[in-house]
Amino acid sequence: MKYERDPERIRRVLGDKVQFIQGDMAVAYGGLLAGVGFFGGYPITPASEVAEGMARLLPRVKGTFIQMEDEIGSIAAVIGAAWGGVKSMTATSGPGFSLMMENYGYAIMTETPCVIANVQRTGPSTGQPTLGAQGDMMQVRWGSHGDMEAIAMAPSTVQECLDFTVECFNLAERYRHPVCLMTDGEVGHLREKVVIPDEEDMELFERVPATVDREEYLPFTASQTRDSKVPDFAAFGSGYRTYVTGLTHNERGFPATDKQPDHERLIKRLVEKISDDREKLTDVERVDLDDAEVAFVTYGASARPTETAVDLARAKGVKVGMMRLKLVWPFPRKEIYELSRKVNKIIVPEMNLGQIYHLVKEHAAPDCEIVCAPKVGGEMHLPHELLEYLGVRK
Amino acid sequence: MSEMIDQDQMREKYLRKGMLPTIFCNGCGHGSSLDYVFRAIEELGWDLDDIAFASGIGCSSRIPGYINADGLHTTHGRAIAFATGIKAANPDLNVVVFTGDGDCTGIGGNHFIHAARRNIDMTVILLNNFIYGMTGGQQAPTAPKGSIASTSPYGNIELAFNICELAKALGAAYVARWPIHHPYQPIKSIKEGMENKGFSLIELMSPCPTAYGRRNKLGKIEKLWDWYQDSTILIEDYEKTMSYGTDEEKDRVSKMIQIGVFQNVRKHGFFEEYQKLTDALVTKDDAVRNAGGDGK
Repeated sequence: MKYERDPERIRRVLGDKVQFIQGDMAVAYGGLLAGVGFFGGYPITPASEVAEGMARLLPRVKGTFIQMEDEIGSIAAVIGAAWGGVKSMTATSGPGFSLMMENYGYAIMTETPCVIANVQRTGPSTGQPTLGAQGDMMQVRWGSHGDMEAIAMAPSTVQECLDFTVECFNLAERYRHPVCLMTDGEVGHLREKVVIPDEEDMELFERVPATVDREEYLPFTASQTRDSKVPDFAAFGSGYRTYVTGLTHNERGFPATDKQPDHERLIKRLVEKISDDREKLTDVERVDLDDAEVAFVTYGASARPTETAVDLARAKGVKVGMMRLKLVWPFPRKEIYELSRKVNKIIVPEMNLGQIYHLVKEHAAPDCEIVCAPKVGGEMHLPHELLEYLGVRK
Repeated sequence: MSEMIDQDQMREKYLRKGMLPTIFCNGCGHGSSLDYVFRAIEELGWDLDDIAFASGIGCSSRIPGYINADGLHTTHGRAIAFATGIKAANPDLNVVVFTGDGDCTGIGGNHFIHAARRNIDMTVILLNNFIYGMTGGQQAPTAPKGSIASTSPYGNIELAFNICELAKALGAAYVARWPIHHPYQPIKSIKEGMENKGFSLIELMSPCPTAYGRRNKLGKIEKLWDWYQDSTILIEDYEKTMSYGTDEEKDRVSKMIQIGVFQNVRKHGFFEEYQKLTDALVTKDDAVRNAGGDGK
């Protein structure tokens, strides 16, 4: 029997409306609420709790959980399940994310909607397994080979782990793209209050099914029924007899590997279906920016000490604010440019040696000073460390 | 068996228009497997709308493209893992994987092992040509000892992978190996494998005159067929010889490739077990709820 989302059963299995849970568990909750019918995963710190949550919860709502043999198999099964016609996801951390890169590219090329939660830890290699980091922010953008666009969200709270997982599914379904939830070991293992949204407060986007006649259906071109560069979807078993390949393909899905225009046409559409909507997708939070002369630009766990630093600096009269990127990719170029026109300096705290910093520098006005505020080693920035960038003493 | 249909009707019904001609070389055995699968499906009376095909990378993995059905042409070695997801999402679909020896046992060995161990309900048709054909003839994990490939120009010194024995040891529900130039047995095995609710492996020895044959003085297809004839032995004959033969005979057959049905058992597939699990959990939750509990 194919999975069918049962909102009442899901809420019954999740339990109380208000709970005190880990970020990783909130990801599992978000997946269930979004209607995930398949989860394939492999144990890895600090992401294992997502799989553990799914193993416990998913069978009780008639969904399928399989602990796969490795991360390559996990993402493969997730993509297979998407073509089988259900919403599907996996969760991992750095080393597993690296293993998934080839099939991440396959999902992009084949326009497969699915969600990958990456609970980031330090790297490269095995790094510090139990400690959080934000070192995969460029990998999610460029980690697979070839030209591509990425969609990635970065939660700063446990509630956002839940809400953003739902949103990642909506984006995955809307754009038919593998969407990444870039959380980290700090938020993933943090316990906070979450409120499970009521059904009437949730908005779910479902992939648009193919409706044209089988003979006319083109599985890999702009929609035949809407004004969208995203094709309508024919799940396996729906009678459309779709051929899906990671090779460069024509609009019918057949391999077309030897002509330059075929590849250019395909890849441009795959990129533009997302980049055309950059401003529509932009999702930033502004804190104390109205009169700010200096701004922090940050995301994920790093936003937590940054917000404290803003409060402390404000108390000392410093005109500082924060822009928090909830959606990091596609990068909110216009917001950054406009911010850079208003402030003299932008400081970019990240739990890496400077990744999104480079994007901010690229898109800021030339006369705005951009400062990298890195922290690596599995610890978050301390607020006073950030105050030093403002010249404020504790 | 359903009404007999002729070749033209067969092509019309099963082949995907617009994808032909195939990429296969003269003398390649892969095309025959297409015919065998069509005949097995025809005999089973299945509808192509109810079958999903998956494949990895390599010559054999191009086969689903020629079938007028849903097909997922995936990444190298991973087809079985993708197919696991398809089956999980829609257990009503019959899932068939086309793979090659390098795809399945080289890069994809781990997925093969675990799908067989879990007894995932799928039929894996493995076309073993003892070489990486598409990339130009590199050494495969199945290459016979002493055989020549572009990456073993002085002869292979490794032991060849015995895929069927591995699948059997893992408890796969159905395991068979046949040379592809005899049609009857492969068709029967494909049919039996598809009918079996567990993990089925049908290994078909498929000649590659271009990449394997030429290098190993078997370039003419007849020579390869002769080699198949001389190098294979039915499992039953092998066992008889090993029990009652002379030392000389035992030594001779021990170097041969066994063909036949290695395993054919009925046991619950993964998704049958999973369904039982979810049914029990849901029944229990509903009972708690009906009794006035909150079902947590």
